[in-house]
Amino acid sequence: MSEPFIRLVGVQKVYRVRGAEFPAVSEATFDIEQGELVSLVGPSGCGKTTLLKIIAGLHSYDAGELRIGTQTQPFDPSRDIGMVFQQPLLLKWRRIVDNVLLPAEILGLPLAESRERARDLLRLVGLSGSEEKYPYELSGGMQQRAAIARALVHDPKLILMDEPFGALDALTREKMNLELLRIWQESGKTILFITHGITEAVFLGTRVIVLTAGPARMADNFRVNLPHPRTLDMKTHEAFGEYTRRIYNLLGMN
Amino acid sequence: MDIYRNSIQRYSIAVFSHLMLIVAWHLFVTLGNVPKFVMPSPYATLQALLEPNYRWPENIMVTTIEIFGGYFLAVIGGIGLALLFSWFRIFEMITMPLLVSLNMVPKVALGPLILVWFSYGIGPNIAMAFAISFFPIVLTTARGLQEVEPDLLDLVRSVRGSRWQLFAKIQLPGALPYIFSGMKVAAILAVAGAIVGEFLGSSRGLGYLMLQVQVTLDTAAMFMAVILITLIGMVLYGIVLGLERLLVVRDARI
Repeated sequence: MSEPFIRLVGVQKVYRVRGAEFPAVSEATFDIEQGELVSLVGPSGCGKTTLLKIIAGLHSYDAGELRIGTQTQPFDPSRDIGMVFQQPLLLKWRRIVDNVLLPAEILGLPLAESRERARDLLRLVGLSGSEEKYPYELSGGMQQRAAIARALVHDPKLILMDEPFGALDALTREKMNLELLRIWQESGKTILFITHGITEAVFLGTRVIVLTAGPARMADNFRVNLPHPRTLDMKTHEAFGEYTRRIYNLLGMN
Repeated sequence: MDIYRNSIQRYSIAVFSHLMLIVAWHLFVTLGNVPKFVMPSPYATLQALLEPNYRWPENIMVTTIEIFGGYFLAVIGGIGLALLFSWFRIFEMITMPLLVSLNMVPKVALGPLILVWFSYGIGPNIAMAFAISFFPIVLTTARGLQEVEPDLLDLVRSVRGSRWQLFAKIQLPGALPYIFSGMKVAAILAVAGAIVGEFLGSSRGLGYLMLQVQVTLDTAAMFMAVILITLIGMVLYGIVLGLERLLVVRDARI
């Protein structure tokens, strides 16, 4: 096995509030291979968002080791990260295509090419025809698709998603899960996907990392051996149920 | 076009209700035999314009300059100060509490002081219009510049966006709706400020004219002056509204 794209060894983050120390992330140790879609699942307060921000380079950490990139796949922290959040956070005053362009503009990439790429990406996420619309003309699910296109526009190697479908209704959410799998397979990106949806974590992930809260720590890390492309009826399969049961047990919900 | 027809319909109704008010006014005065010095008829009010001694064009001009001048200074000063707040936190921390207190000062009460400092004329009345319309612009603009979604901030930081990029691409355009809501309130206040200034001390302007004709009980001229002041205010408000439509996407307007 070649070296992994991302390696965390004993990463730890402590918050200090009035002298007392609270571990936000402790002993996070896992590898992510190039092209994987890894689900990070856990209850609120388990430190999953903190961990994501550490990987994004937005938060510091107090102990441990974090390395991203390999000899063959070098990682440039300033332009190899795409982020998607729970809210689409589109700029209300920009047309969809211009919203998608934002990271490219900030990075100073050639605008004509980026615009072309933005249009291609909007096609990829199923939004062709909405390029010139304003965000308010789109439904929540469609806005989130645009946010995914925005995360891809500067062609980053790593996409970090923080509960991106958490604010959508259940049906739209299932649809977006399928869409995300398709986009992931077509783009070949490495994706770290944070969720507190246990079935969502299993359904999407090539691997699932489970975090528990109080105290925050990493509880499990396993491969999901379900074939690709995934279909919704897999959720009724015995193997799928075993994976979700495993997580429920870890989170003490059984 | 349906939308087009709708807006024509809406404007026709607005014109109609204004005409109805004038008709009702006319009927009230003629049928009720109201004496002219209590309430002149619409026709008599219009006739007041024919009195050359009242120097309508000059007085209209003076009041317009006072309102627009004070308002313009308030917009420049208000937005400028709010920008300084957002750039220099320490400056905001020192000045903002002061501003909140000063905002509570009834600006009208400053009139006699302004007269002492600047004597009377157009200048002090511009100062009055400025003083009264300045605060809502600073406060709403400062508020708007603060309103940046933390996740959006992370998105910009993840591609190492500069502070200037954050300001130019997100903060300032995001604050525009707030700026305009402050500017709309201020437009109404600027009119009041200029007129109060003229009441307190001046030798020209519609407010000054009102005090002159009050002595001779020429109520028709007073009515006319009030109508003209209102019209000046409406023109200013209309310009601000037009700018808002031009610069702020419909969904973002507040």
